[in-house]
Amino acid sequence: MSIDILMPALSPTMTEGKLARWLVKEGDDIKSGKVLCEIETDKATMEVEAVDEGTLLKILVPEGSEGVAVNSVIAALGKPGERYEAISNPVTPAKAGAQTLEVTQPPKILDPGFHRDDGLNVQPVMMREGRIAASPVAKRIAQERGVNLYAVIGTGPNGRIVKEDVESALVQTDRTVAPAKADITPTKLPSPAQAVPAAQTGPNAKQLADLLGQKYTEVKNSPVRKIIAKRLTESKQTVPHFYLTVDCELDALLAARKALNEKENAKISVNDTIIKAVALALREVPAANAAWTEEAILKYNDVDVSVAVATPDGLVTPIIKQADTKTLVKISSEMKDLAARARDNKLKPTEFQGGGFTISNLGMFGINHFAAIINPPQGCILAVGAGEKRAVVKDDKLAIGTVMSITLSVDHRVVDGAVGAEFTAAFKKLIEAPEGWLK
Amino acid sequence: MTAFDLIIIGGGPGGYVAAIRAAQLGKNVALVEAKHLGGICLNWGCIPTKALLKSSELYYTLQKLDQYGLEAKSTAFDLTKIVKRSRDVAGQLVTGIKHLMKKNKVTVFDGFAKLAGGGKVSIDLNDKSKTEISAPHIILATGARPRVLPGIEPDEKLIWTSKEAMIPETMPKSLLVIGSGAIGIEFASFYRSLGAEVTVVEIMDRVLPVEDEEISVMARKAFEKQGMKIMTGAKVAKLEKSANNVTATIEAGGKTETQTFDRVISAVGITANTENIGLESTRVQVERGHIVTNPWCETHEPGVYAIGDVTAPPWLAHKASHEGIICVEKIFGVPGVHPLDTKKIPGCTYCHPQVASIGLTEAKAKEAGRAVKVGKFPFIGNGKAIALGEPEGLIKTIFDATTGELLGAHMIGTEVTELIQSYAVAKTGELVEKDLMHTVFPHPTLSEMLHESVLAAYGKAIHY
Repeated sequence: MSIDILMPALSPTMTEGKLARWLVKEGDDIKSGKVLCEIETDKATMEVEAVDEGTLLKILVPEGSEGVAVNSVIAALGKPGERYEAISNPVTPAKAGAQTLEVTQPPKILDPGFHRDDGLNVQPVMMREGRIAASPVAKRIAQERGVNLYAVIGTGPNGRIVKEDVESALVQTDRTVAPAKADITPTKLPSPAQAVPAAQTGPNAKQLADLLGQKYTEVKNSPVRKIIAKRLTESKQTVPHFYLTVDCELDALLAARKALNEKENAKISVNDTIIKAVALALREVPAANAAWTEEAILKYNDVDVSVAVATPDGLVTPIIKQADTKTLVKISSEMKDLAARARDNKLKPTEFQGGGFTISNLGMFGINHFAAIINPPQGCILAVGAGEKRAVVKDDKLAIGTVMSITLSVDHRVVDGAVGAEFTAAFKKLIEAPEGWLK
Repeated sequence: MTAFDLIIIGGGPGGYVAAIRAAQLGKNVALVEAKHLGGICLNWGCIPTKALLKSSELYYTLQKLDQYGLEAKSTAFDLTKIVKRSRDVAGQLVTGIKHLMKKNKVTVFDGFAKLAGGGKVSIDLNDKSKTEISAPHIILATGARPRVLPGIEPDEKLIWTSKEAMIPETMPKSLLVIGSGAIGIEFASFYRSLGAEVTVVEIMDRVLPVEDEEISVMARKAFEKQGMKIMTGAKVAKLEKSANNVTATIEAGGKTETQTFDRVISAVGITANTENIGLESTRVQVERGHIVTNPWCETHEPGVYAIGDVTAPPWLAHKASHEGIICVEKIFGVPGVHPLDTKKIPGCTYCHPQVASIGLTEAKAKEAGRAVKVGKFPFIGNGKAIALGEPEGLIKTIFDATTGELLGAHMIGTEVTELIQSYAVAKTGELVEKDLMHTVFPHPTLSEMLHESVLAAYGKAIHY
């Protein structure tokens, strides 16, 4: 009786792959460990070795075949001289696949950074070996919903895959189509479910580093770091970003700020003026002060501006509420207080939850241009670069001007290109003509 | 001040189990108990009532001895002896707990403990002296007591809580039981079996309201057949006490009636013991009277944990014990600790006939939008049940039609409290219908009905 050779799963997300090349032919004597074929996915190419011994009776999937489903029969092994007969009642896929195939060649991961070809015995990191320990309910759900159990990490007794593991694997897959939730609160009492790490894509750095013998120091992820990772991954993966960049001349603004600081004996920063300008521009273009939900676009009534502040734990975004109604002196003092308390981790949730629009300013670090990741559920984030002297053309002559580049990252579901441009134009106009409002 | 690795406040089935587990892990544990080791469960709850119910059940059987071809010279009972046996059973088990504490080298303080901040606990010892101890981890396992409704204040004489109902001096001729949850119904069963005229008043529209509706209906029929008077959708509006009886005004279905009873049992739920234990000076949050915890039994105050009845429902001894173990293992970093899944906790009521259940009711499963397959098997189809002379009852199982997951099981009939556990294993192991169908059940047993019920969900029951 012949033994089926099944299409293996090479990665967590793999449901099908390309059978690139057969390295053996029908009638060949197969010894355990012999490389049978090469399989390609969008991520990697891998050699597949035989575990069982025998004669290759039949190749069922010709080389070059694309879209070969995981666990489908690709070939059959048997005794010399035996004739291949299709088995009408195929064996349990997962089990048989594991028994007849074992991938022991190094994964040829396409990213050159992880490539190695020195023949060391590297296992594909997410691949399991042997029989899968999974509860019956977990197996049933996996079957119903097409989850590859080889890719699921079990959290049950002795690493057994339980229902919850399959369900969270499904959630991770579904997340790409799920709407961003307006849940910014770092929950005070994290439940185990929330402790699930942000969706892991690509090779696990630690497992790889350990395999390759790279040295490193582990810095435990703080709860804040985990939330940043989760939310930014979610944002970048699920929010359709586009970017609008404009240059703003700062000379008039710098002069007006200096005058105001002298008059008020204050220390209003350029960043404070940017907060106010953003707030006024949002008044003019309220469509940019908005968030996406599946049912409706939420246009916020108040102009609440979140400002990204770097802290030792990571990024927080305290809010200047109703910034459009506040004086610069007021914005400046509030910002100083919020930033100081943010660094000390003493903000109240209400001081960083909410907000309709975020400013991220890296000008003080000499960055002249960057694009920020949207802070969900908000629709826009403004990345502010450094004000620097650049050659500008004034009245058809070359001149020196202080110029700042800003880039608006926009959620295209909420704000279209023209509306985004309207906002950047309004902002630019305010920055370049501060007389009316910078006071 | 003595320093410990762990302090546990409350020595009930949550606290003493947590203490033993921590001791097994080599920790230096203090257990503070204000009244009696074993808590309500051993002293004034689960255990002594089971002893009482055994007596009443035997008495009930005595009345139908001829059915079994037997005769007895006397079929009388001695209430004093019944109560004494119940107290002796409780006493024996409490001695057992004391022994377990000693064996595990748990330091037991007899007194009332209070959080004193910074990992300190001050204790008013029962010998009137005071002491203070400290530990980086403190588990609150202070339990709960019977809930008191305004107008139905227990007086230990005419209006009883479960405690007085456990130690009657005389047999009441007539008894009003307020509340038809597990506690109320067990006492109703006990007193009815011994001949009291029992009236049960339940505010919800059915008895045992947390159970599957079909089981509630069957239970009611069985109770009424035994001569219990059941009033659902009813409320005790007023109780007027005289020297040796109580006149109750009961509102039901828009009508008001008054009736006089020898005794009243108030069994309207529980109140958590959160008072005077120093919560005010902590960040511990209390919601609807119970301490808020996360799945690891952590409160909002770092280093302070809570388990059992003082926390959220279900309020069951086995839930408390399980939480005790999870909490301790999590604190001391035992690998592979899992939070408790309340959908996998069985519940048992030891009335006659017994009721037991686990997981979702049929209504709840449908509410959750699950397509279900429901299997039912009656006791009348089971050889063992008939041989026992207990042909009344039902086993009901509910599967997810898509995944074959066992969503819930509900049963009524003799000894079902001993049967439910198979389904608890099935739920914990996440078995599907096929696994249960492939399981061999011994013949002749009541357990065969579980098998038949599973088969019935897929139209394959053999004996019905």
